[in-house]
Amino acid sequence: MSAGNMSLTLKVWRQKNGKSEGNFETYSLDGISPDMSFLEMFDVLNEKLVSENKEPIAFDHDCREGICGTCSMYINGRPHGPLKGVTTCQLHMRSFQDGDTIVVEPWRAAAFPVVKDLVVDRTSFDRIISAGGFVSINTGNARDANSLPIPKESADEAFMSAACIGCGACVAACKNSSAMLFTSAKVSQLSLLPQGQAERKIRAEKMVAQMDSEGFGACTNTGACSAECPKEISLDNIARLNREYLGSKITSSLV
Amino acid sequence: MSWLTQTLSSSIGKKLIVALTGLFLCTFLIVHAVGNLQLFKSDEGLAFNMYTVFMTTNPLIKTISYGLYAFILIHAFYGFYLAYVNRKARGTTNYARINNQSSWSSRNMAVLGTVLLVFIIVHMSEFWYEYKFGHLPYKSYTIDLAQGTVVNTENMPADFVLNSKMEEKLNDDNTTKTIIVKDLYVEAQEAFSNPLLVLFYVLGMVAVSLHLIHGFRSAMQTLGANHPKYNPLFDFVGVWLFAILIPVAFAAMPIYFFVQHLMQ
Ligand code: SF4
Ligand code: FES
Repeated sequence: MSAGNMSLTLKVWRQKNGKSEGNFETYSLDGISPDMSFLEMFDVLNEKLVSENKEPIAFDHDCREGICGTCSMYINGRPHGPLKGVTTCQLHMRSFQDGDTIVVEPWRAAAFPVVKDLVVDRTSFDRIISAGGFVSINTGNARDANSLPIPKESADEAFMSAACIGCGACVAACKNSSAMLFTSAKVSQLSLLPQGQAERKIRAEKMVAQMDSEGFGACTNTGACSAECPKEISLDNIARLNREYLGSKITSSLV
Repeated sequence: MSWLTQTLSSSIGKKLIVALTGLFLCTFLIVHAVGNLQLFKSDEGLAFNMYTVFMTTNPLIKTISYGLYAFILIHAFYGFYLAYVNRKARGTTNYARINNQSSWSSRNMAVLGTVLLVFIIVHMSEFWYEYKFGHLPYKSYTIDLAQGTVVNTENMPADFVLNSKMEEKLNDDNTTKTIIVKDLYVEAQEAFSNPLLVLFYVLGMVAVSLHLIHGFRSAMQTLGANHPKYNPLFDFVGVWLFAILIPVAFAAMPIYFFVQHLMQ
């Protein structure tokens, strides 16, 4: 990590726990390199706070390479900051100007309660997955790949939906805190493949029911989710989920 | 809960109701706009007044219009209800800074809908209520049967009333007929001599345009209609027909009468 010469003012949301009231704290930071990632800049800030005997800022992160989806930060009014198709961990300080003031907030949604500072509880997403985002196969060895031919187009389309990393930026960006983009991507990736057919109808019904009961809002097709999604998941998935859900409600044997 | 009520009370089900009623209202707008184009005929309102009689007496149209009133209420009720639920889903703390990557109209459908509801109430009390319950003057048109042209018109005295909305009789000369109808046309003429009302109508049509530029496409998406073959058509219809052509045609009506009034 090379030392740099950017100076920044950070306004960061601090909140002790889910019950306490939060507020913004302002920090000034010098010697930031434009080559640092946004999280590395936070590491520098936290080291400084620790050395000053202050409580470091809690934030989620794991892979730091754009695949785990934990690095949820709402930066200057946009989830994952100003770039398109990029997670916070892959955002670099060169996307900001020396002297900038950067406002950092947690995801704000009733279904994503704040745990501490910038960390929110996204287990509501896990519960949506548990409700149906899987295929049930009592399996031994992996079967021969060639015994189940899948056209490349289907595989590609399913893969594009499967690229969703469950980061929650779609919910954070949505004025309705709707989880439709996430849920639709998860329903799509399975409904597009032969392995997903057996549970296709029940999956759509159960995942939507879980999504509703978690307190996410209803989609009004504003499109902010897809515009902010680090994996650029398309709105086509939402239309597909609408078809899957309404179609299975009308035709499934669940009465 | 039966599967049907369960479906309709899910988030997607509620959206389905908003989408279907909205699309019905969209088709109504087409019919209403096409019918009202008769205001532009220079026959002193004969075609328009007869069209009004048809629209208010034909049993099929009457049934559909009661459906229409119900659909407006259902659309508004579910729209506001979803807006409330969605606001609650946002949680109690607001973002300090928001840089939303979506269109203004898509984010303000409830606000635009409220404007439209006010518009509909004013519009109906101005014309629908007047026609049904108010006292509108009658007008008689004498029509040349061979030519089909209006040869004479006469405003009936203020206290003249018919038991029906229209009376048609063949004159003694056997070459002309006389039609006496409630004159909604003159009502429009008078109403739109008021510049404030004209402005209100034009602003109402701006709200229609903004509501539908998002609404039509959004309704299709909610129905699951999203396909590379048809999306260009949906976009075209949503923008050109519903957000431009129809609001412009409607806005042209009050403006037309106002200009007419100024030139008198
Ligand atoms: S759809 Fe996109 S924004 Fe939403 S959880 Fe998945 S990757 Fe994140
Ligand atoms: S830390 Fe894993 S995606 Fe950012």
